[in-house]
Amino acid sequence: MTASPGDLGDRLPGSVLLRAEGIAKAFGGVQALGGCTVDVTRGSITGLIGPNGSGKTTLFNVITGYERLDAGDVYLDGRKITNARPQRVFAHGIGRTFQLTRIFARLTVMENMLVAAQHTGLRVRNPLARAGGAADRRRAMELLEFTGIAGHAGALAETLSYGQRKLLELAYVLVADPAIVLLDEPAGGVNPSLIQHIAARIRELNAAGKTFLIVEHNMDFVMDLCGHIAVLDYGTVVATGPPEIIREDPRVLDAYLGTAEDDDDAAQR
Amino acid sequence: MTVLARGGRPPRTPPVNLLGGPALRRAGLAVILLAACGFPLVFTNQQVASIGVDTLIFVTATVAWNIFSGYSGYISLGHAVFFGSGAYTAGVAARDWHITGPAEFALLPLAAVVAAAIAVPFGLIALRVRRHTFVVITIAIFFIFQLMAFNLSFTGGTIGLNAPFLLWSPVTFDQRFFYIALVIAVATIALSWLIRRSRFGLQLRAIRDDEDRASGLGVRAMRVKLAAFVISAFFTGLIGALWFFFIGQVLPDSGFDPIFDLTVALMAFLGGLGTAAGPVLGAVILEPAQQYLTQQVNNSYLSQILLGSVFLLVILLLPRGLVTTAGERITKWQARRRQAAAGPAAEGAQPGSGPGTPDRLGADQRPRGGVR
Repeated sequence: MTASPGDLGDRLPGSVLLRAEGIAKAFGGVQALGGCTVDVTRGSITGLIGPNGSGKTTLFNVITGYERLDAGDVYLDGRKITNARPQRVFAHGIGRTFQLTRIFARLTVMENMLVAAQHTGLRVRNPLARAGGAADRRRAMELLEFTGIAGHAGALAETLSYGQRKLLELAYVLVADPAIVLLDEPAGGVNPSLIQHIAARIRELNAAGKTFLIVEHNMDFVMDLCGHIAVLDYGTVVATGPPEIIREDPRVLDAYLGTAEDDDDAAQR
Repeated sequence: MTVLARGGRPPRTPPVNLLGGPALRRAGLAVILLAACGFPLVFTNQQVASIGVDTLIFVTATVAWNIFSGYSGYISLGHAVFFGSGAYTAGVAARDWHITGPAEFALLPLAAVVAAAIAVPFGLIALRVRRHTFVVITIAIFFIFQLMAFNLSFTGGTIGLNAPFLLWSPVTFDQRFFYIALVIAVATIALSWLIRRSRFGLQLRAIRDDEDRASGLGVRAMRVKLAAFVISAFFTGLIGALWFFFIGQVLPDSGFDPIFDLTVALMAFLGGLGTAAGPVLGAVILEPAQQYLTQQVNNSYLSQILLGSVFLLVILLLPRGLVTTAGERITKWQARRRQAAAGPAAEGAQPGSGPGTPDRLGADQRPRGGVR
């Protein structure tokens, strides 16, 4: 647990891009995460599944700096980023979306994209320069075209439908070209044809080398898309493996017993 | 499905030009500026000229307030701290350094810098919390400063401080103050406009909409908020010092006046919180009205009651302000006109908008209105 970035690099296989190691997090008396370890291989689409309250979103929050963890460490590319603040985590190369889409409602769609393009690393730029240079705008427009909402670039984000908001969130996370993208329920609450559209976009990005970690309740979506799946239950990983193994694993079936509630929950959203 | 129409559809809402094209807009601004320059030459009546100076002071104060509160969404009711500190800095410096006559204007930058310096610890404390808690903390810090002005020895206590005497005739007095205030107001407005369209301004507006999401996209929220707070304090302190020279005296409850905080907030809300032009419009409407009432009715309580009533009406009827509401009306009207013009001919002319594109997908899940 006290490993410095250097010697962890030796311990980790070079293919692991993101490692959350022995993560523990309690809210009051509730142990949301009890020492769970999740590895994401470079270039993979990894799924994170589990019943409601199993700690999936908490794990996302801990990795991306929105919650401080009680124990454990997070490594990106062998580099320790434990408890880094959200803006640092983003600068290190982790982008994420939220379960309930979070967009900047009173900015235009293009402005939403440019917020993420502001990340400059160590380069000093004139703060009063007009937001979004030509290169930033071009890149933003390409991503909007890629996700299919380019026609709304000038519209206020609050005028978008729920599905379009999901696409906008996916697009603006990609602006800064993060090494890995964490998606929290990308298919939650959207209609079947849009789910297909989102899955196709993820696959296309993955083929171009982008790594994904996806939390999702829609089993068809996960089993279809992910090459590797980790199952969380009560804050620990109960199973990992490729989808065909996970599908048959008795511990997974056990964890999901009575999953009818999940459907209710999804419907509420 | 995978083949997406590249740039297939025109934007749904093209940018709105309230004043027509850029050339027309520039011409409009030039006319307004010329009118402002000519104002004290036309209205030499001392009461009217004095209202002109007061209005410019509040234009500056409201625009400065809006640079922070309007763009970031953090409503400060403690900006009188900077206004009063600017006034007191000028007063104490003039007294202790024996500065007399027009040389006093050299103290304006000092007053601004002191106000900005006060904003750093103030911001570091207050900006840790959000929304209502932030508002309450700014009010609390405001009262600490007012109490200090009453009780510290160097502030002159309840007697306050007097400004150096200016040997100007009444007419030139108002005219000169008017032009100094005009320069400061124009500079503040220009900076506000620059900030709004800059990356800095975009980060502020992103913080207003969702601060946590913004920091998750690389925005250093605390740094950005604090920078805006300090810039805002700088201009509030600057104009506070000018107000002190104009009035000739500062007292603890005139320099650190809770009504000042409510007034600038109301002016910004009336004109359009977070817009560049709104605060100017709000101040230009409200300050003359208030001054006129005070001069005519000779009863400052009445104007305060009216101020409160206007605040209520604005919050109830125009929560987004004149500029924003007018902009929305025009956008809607333009959209209706475009639809009417396009008519049935446009039906088949949009090959990119087949039923499979996301423009149509999820249209049934469109959120149903709601106030944000």
